[in-house]
Amino acid sequence: MTTESGADSEAKQPQAKKEAEKGKSKAAADPASPQNQPEQLPAAVGHSTPARKEQEQQEEDQESHRSSTSRLSRSPLRGVKKVKMMQCKIALLDGSDYSVNVEKRAKGQVLFDKVCEHLNLLEKDYFGITYRDVESQKNWLDPSKELKKQIRNGPWNFSFNVKFYPPDPSQLREDLTRYYLCLQLRDDVVSGRLPCSFATHTLLGSYTVQSELGDYDLDELGSDYISEIRFAPNQTKELEEKVMELHKTYKGMTPAEAEIHFLENAKKLSMYGVDLHHAKDSEGVEIMLGVCASGLLIYRDRLRINRFAWPKILKISYKRNNFYIKIRPGEFEQFESTIGFKLPNHRAAKRLWKVCVEHHTFFRLVSPEAPPKKFLSLGSKFRYSGRTQAQTRRASAQIARPAPLFERSSSKRYNMSRSLDGAPITENHETPVKGSAADGAPKVIAKEDIITTVTTEKKAEEENAEQEDAQEVAAETASTTPLRHDTKDSEPPPEVVKHQTNISELKRSFLETGSNGGCGAPGLTEWEKRLSSSPLRSPRSDEAPMIEPLELQDAKDEQTKQEVGPKDTVAAAGFLVKYVADSVVTDGARSSGPHGISLSTTMDDDVFVDGTLREEAGGKTPDSQEEEEEASDKSATKVSPGAVRQEVSQAITDKKGTLIIFKQAENKEDEETSEKEGLAETDGIEEQKRQASRKAEIKNGDVSQTRGVDSPKKAMASWISEEKVESSEFVGVFTQEVEELKTLDEPQQKAEGIQPKSSPTHVTVSASLAVSAPGWVSPSHKASADQEKAVVVTENEAESPKPKAPDGVEVTAKDVPVVHTETKTITYESAEVDTNGDADPGVLLSAQTITSETTSTTTTTHITKTVKGGISETRIEKRIVITGDADIDHDEALAQAIKEAKEQHPDMSVTKVVVHKETEITPEEGED
Amino acid sequence: MANMCPYGRFTHAVVRGIPETFGKTAGEGRENGEVTVDQAKAQRQFGCLTGALRQKVGLQLIEIPPDPELPESWRVEDVAVIQGDTALITRPFKQQRRSEADAVRRVMSELNLTVVEMGDEQGDSGGATLEGSDVLFTGREFFVGISSHTNRRGAEVLADTFRDFAVSTVPVCGGARLKNFCSMGGPDTIIISNGDGAKKTLRMMEQLTDHHYDVLTVPEESAANCIYVRGPSKRDFLLHRPAEECPDSVSAFQKLPDYTLLPTACSEASKLGASLSSLCLLVNRKHTYF
Repeated sequence: MTTESGADSEAKQPQAKKEAEKGKSKAAADPASPQNQPEQLPAAVGHSTPARKEQEQQEEDQESHRSSTSRLSRSPLRGVKKVKMMQCKIALLDGSDYSVNVEKRAKGQVLFDKVCEHLNLLEKDYFGITYRDVESQKNWLDPSKELKKQIRNGPWNFSFNVKFYPPDPSQLREDLTRYYLCLQLRDDVVSGRLPCSFATHTLLGSYTVQSELGDYDLDELGSDYISEIRFAPNQTKELEEKVMELHKTYKGMTPAEAEIHFLENAKKLSMYGVDLHHAKDSEGVEIMLGVCASGLLIYRDRLRINRFAWPKILKISYKRNNFYIKIRPGEFEQFESTIGFKLPNHRAAKRLWKVCVEHHTFFRLVSPEAPPKKFLSLGSKFRYSGRTQAQTRRASAQIARPAPLFERSSSKRYNMSRSLDGAPITENHETPVKGSAADGAPKVIAKEDIITTVTTEKKAEEENAEQEDAQEVAAETASTTPLRHDTKDSEPPPEVVKHQTNISELKRSFLETGSNGGCGAPGLTEWEKRLSSSPLRSPRSDEAPMIEPLELQDAKDEQTKQEVGPKDTVAAAGFLVKYVADSVVTDGARSSGPHGISLSTTMDDDVFVDGTLREEAGGKTPDSQEEEEEASDKSATKVSPGAVRQEVSQAITDKKGTLIIFKQAENKEDEETSEKEGLAETDGIEEQKRQASRKAEIKNGDVSQTRGVDSPKKAMASWISEEKVESSEFVGVFTQEVEELKTLDEPQQKAEGIQPKSSPTHVTVSASLAVSAPGWVSPSHKASADQEKAVVVTENEAESPKPKAPDGVEVTAKDVPVVHTETKTITYESAEVDTNGDADPGVLLSAQTITSETTSTTTTTHITKTVKGGISETRIEKRIVITGDADIDHDEALAQAIKEAKEQHPDMSVTKVVVHKETEITPEEGED
Repeated sequence: MANMCPYGRFTHAVVRGIPETFGKTAGEGRENGEVTVDQAKAQRQFGCLTGALRQKVGLQLIEIPPDPELPESWRVEDVAVIQGDTALITRPFKQQRRSEADAVRRVMSELNLTVVEMGDEQGDSGGATLEGSDVLFTGREFFVGISSHTNRRGAEVLADTFRDFAVSTVPVCGGARLKNFCSMGGPDTIIISNGDGAKKTLRMMEQLTDHHYDVLTVPEESAANCIYVRGPSKRDFLLHRPAEECPDSVSAFQKLPDYTLLPTACSEASKLGASLSSLCLLVNRKHTYF
C-alpha cells in the first residue's frame, strides 16, 4: 500500500475506500452476502467532507490503475452532488409525528438537532433517535453518519426516544426535559418494558393524571376520566379506581411536581433504564442482557443471575453473533476472564456492543474517547461521540433561559398504547432470529465484525493461548532477521521493564501452579461459574470477589512508579499506547503455556476491542476518570486525584459504583484511591511508562533473552509476538518496513520541527498487508490488533540494533512469500543502518498514528519522529489489512503494497517485511 | 417506587404458637433422634420473643394458635413473603407443610394484604418451591437463596410477584436456608456469618447488587440471624441470640449505633434448623406511598 509521511491520512483514504468498494462489489456479486449492514459501512467513507472527497478523487485517479474495479463503480457517485431533500417522519414521545426535511446526505446529527429544536429541548444528550432496520429491530441513529447509510432502503421513519436514562432525574435542569423523560417512561411502563407492581402502576398513574389533568375535580373531569388514560399493560378497573383515589389527594400539586414524583418513583424500579437484549449463555440457556447506567445485568427469566458493573469490565467486543465481555480479575484471581454470549445474529451482537460502548462512555467517562485516535483498534470506529453525563450536567448548569412554557399533551394520546417497540419487555431486541445475514457471507460479515473499541487491557488469557505460537515464531524470526542496534527512539528505562517482567513472572509461576488443576473444571457448579463470573471461564476463578483490592496490581503500579518516576520523557503527542495493556500482555505471554485456551478464545483476542478503553498516552487527557477505573484495576494509569475522587464519590452517590462496599472493602477502596492519586502524580511519567511497557512487551516475546539487556532479538521477538496476538484471524498479513537514512537537510525535518543540525533522518516504513482468506470473517478485528502491533513494531525497530547499510535492502513483492498456514509470521529484514545503537534513548519528537478503514481494508500508519544524538529519525510504519475473498491474490496485493510504499516514499527503503498469515482453524470459533 | 421505603418499618408481627408436637417432623420418616428438644422451653422462648416484639418493640402481634397436626407450623416465616401490601403465599418444599399456609393466608387477608398464590401445582409454576427463610428482602431488592428448599422456579414466581424489585438468586450451600446465616440488621446493613458458605453467598450478593450495604460479620452462624425492626417509636431494635447461645458474636452487635439490643433465646427452635426470624412474619400496614 501506500507509504506516506507526515499527515498523510488523506492519501490513505482513497485506498481504504477503494478497498471498501471492492468489498462491496464483491458482496454484490455474492448473492448470499447480506448487503444491508448499514452501520458497518466504514466510517471512513461516511465522514469525508465534500472537499475532501474531491481531493481524494484526484488521488484516486492517479492511482486508478491499481484497482480498476472499484473505481468504476465509484466515480459516478462521487462527482454528483445534488442536494436532494428527504422527508423524515419522527414519532415523538407524546405520540405525535413530526415531519422535517433534511438533505439526503445529511448525517444523523442534523436530524437530531432539528427534532430537539422542534421540541425546544436543550438537555438533549439523554435522548436519541431510533430507526427500524430491515429486521424491524430498533437501532440508534449514529449522529456522525449519514442517515441514508443507516436506514438503507428503509423508510425515513424515526422515533425520538430517551437513550440514557438519568439515574437521578432530579438533577435534570429543566422541567421540560423531565417531561420528556416521563413520557418515555410512561411508554416503557405501558408497553411492559418497565415492569411494575400494581401499587407502582397506581402511583405512577396517579402522578401522570395529576400532571396532565391537574387537580381532581369531579365536575370538570367526570367520574370516568381516568379510563381514557393508559397506565399499565393490563389496566383494570381496580387500578383506575386506585389511581383516582390517589389523584384526589394531590390537590395543588403542579404538573412539574407531579413529574418529579413520578420520576422519583420510576427511577427506583429495578428495570429503570435497562436496555434488554436477548441472548444465550455459553451453554445455550436463554438469558437477557441488560445494559444500564451501572453496567451489564444478566437475567434469566425475571431473575437477575449476574451483574457486571462497568468498572469490572475491561473490554467489550463482538464477533459475528457473539458478544464478549472481559472481566477484571477478582480479588483472588490472577486472570481476567472472558465471557461470551450468543446473540441471535451478527447485527444484534453489534447493536448490543454499541449500546454498551455508549452507556459506558456516557455514564462512566468524563469525556468521550476520541474516535480518530484509533490506534489500538482497527476495528469499528464506532465510539460514542456525544457528551457524557458529566459533560451534559455541566453544560446544563449553564442553561440560563427562563423555564420554557410548554403544554403537557393530553394523555388521551396514550389511549392506544403506542409501544414504540412493540414487543413488551425486550424491545430493542430481536427475538431470536435466523441469523440470515450473519453467517452467510464472509466478506460482508468481515466488515461488520470489526469491533472495537479501545482495548483497555490486553487479554492475557487469549494471548496466552497464542503465546506458544508466538514464541516459536519469535524464535524463528529472531534467527531470520539480522539484528540491529539502534536506540533512537525514546526508550523506556530498562528498569521498568525489568520490574514488570519480574512481576509477570511471579504471576506466571503462580498461574502455572494454579492451572494444573485446572482448566476444564468439570466440577464447577452453576454457582461457582457465576461467581467466577463467567460461564466460559476457567475454574480457578470461582472466587471472584466483588470488591477488588487488586493487591498485585498495586504492587505493580508502585513498582512501575518508582521506576518511572525519576525519568522524564517527552510526551508524544497524540500517540496512544495503552500502557496497561502492554504490561498485561507481558503477563499473558509469560504465563501462557499451561492454559489450554480454546481457539475461540484466541480469536477473541483479536475481536476484543474494548469499549472501556483507557489508553491515554498523556495524562493530560480529560479521560482521566476512565483511566482511573483502569488504574484501580491494575493498570497503571495516571489519573488525577481529583478525578478519582470525583468518580468514587459519584459512583457512590449514583449507586452505580461497584456493588456493595463493605466496610473492609472501603478500606481497600481508600487505599486504591490513594494509590490512584499517587499514580496521578506520576502523570508526567506516564509517557515513559508507556514506553516502558512497550519494552515489556518486547520482553515477552523474547524467549531467550536476558533481562535488562537491550538485545536486538528482543525487539524482534516482541514484534513477532505481537503479531501472534493478532493472529488468529488474519489470512495474510504483510508488513513492510522501510528504513532509510536521510541527511539532515531534509525539508521534512524542518517541517517537523526537528532541530536542523540533526544528521541523518532515519525513516522507517513498515507496511503490513493483511489479506483475509475466503471464508474469513472478521478481518477488521484483526485490523485492530494490527494497529497495536504496529505500534509495537515501531518500538521494536527503534530498539533493534543492527548497524548496516544505510539503504536498506529493498524487498520486492516477489520476494515475499505468503504463508498460508494459520498464524505464521515471517520477517524479512534488511540490514539497517543504525549505527548509533547506543542505549541512550532518543527524544521522541512526535508520534502519530493514523488509521483509516473501509469495508475490506484497514490501514494504519504510525509515524514516529525521534531525535537521538544528532540524528533525527522518522519512521513510518504502515499496516494494511485487506479483507477479501479467496480470489484476492495475496502476493499481488503484497507486491502492490510494497510498490506503492516505494512510490510514495521514494527516498525510503523497505527494510522489513513481515508476512503474517493466519488461517482460521475453526470457522465458528469452535463454538458451533 | 411505591413500595420502597427503608427496611425495618413494621407495624405487625404474625406468629404461630409452639404445638405439643414440636420437634416431631410431620409425616416424614425423618426422626430427629439425636436432637432432643425441650418443648416447654421452646414455648418459653417463644413467649419471650413475642413479648419482646409486642412490649419492647411495640408491634401489634397476631398470634395464630398452634396446630398439633402441623408440627412445623410455628415456622411461619416460611409460608409467606410479604413486601408492601402484597403477601406471596409460598410453597414449602415439604408437601406436608403446605397446609400451614391456610391459617396464614387468612391472617394476611385480614390485614388487607393482597394475597398472591404460587399458582397451580400443574401450571407454569409447577415444581416451584419457595420458603420464606430463603428470601432476604433488603428494602431495595430480594435475594433468594437457591437451597434444598427453594428452587429457581420458586424464585421466578417471587420475581413475578414483586416486580418493582430486582430479584437475584444466590447460592446456599449445605442444607441450610439463606437466612440461617444472614439477615438484615438495619436499613442498609446485612448481618452475615463468616463461614465459608456464607462468604460465598455474600460475594454473590455483592456482585449482584446495585446498592450499597454495610456488612456486619459475626463469628457464629446462628448469630447472624436477627430481627431488626424500626419500631413505631422510631428506635432501632435488634433481637439477637443471647450471649449464652452465641458468646462470640454479641460484642459485634454493640457496634450498631444507638440500637436497642434485645437478646432473645432461640435454642430449641435452633436445634430444628430454625432461626429467630423463622418464628415471625413482619408486616407494615402503615405502608404509605412515599
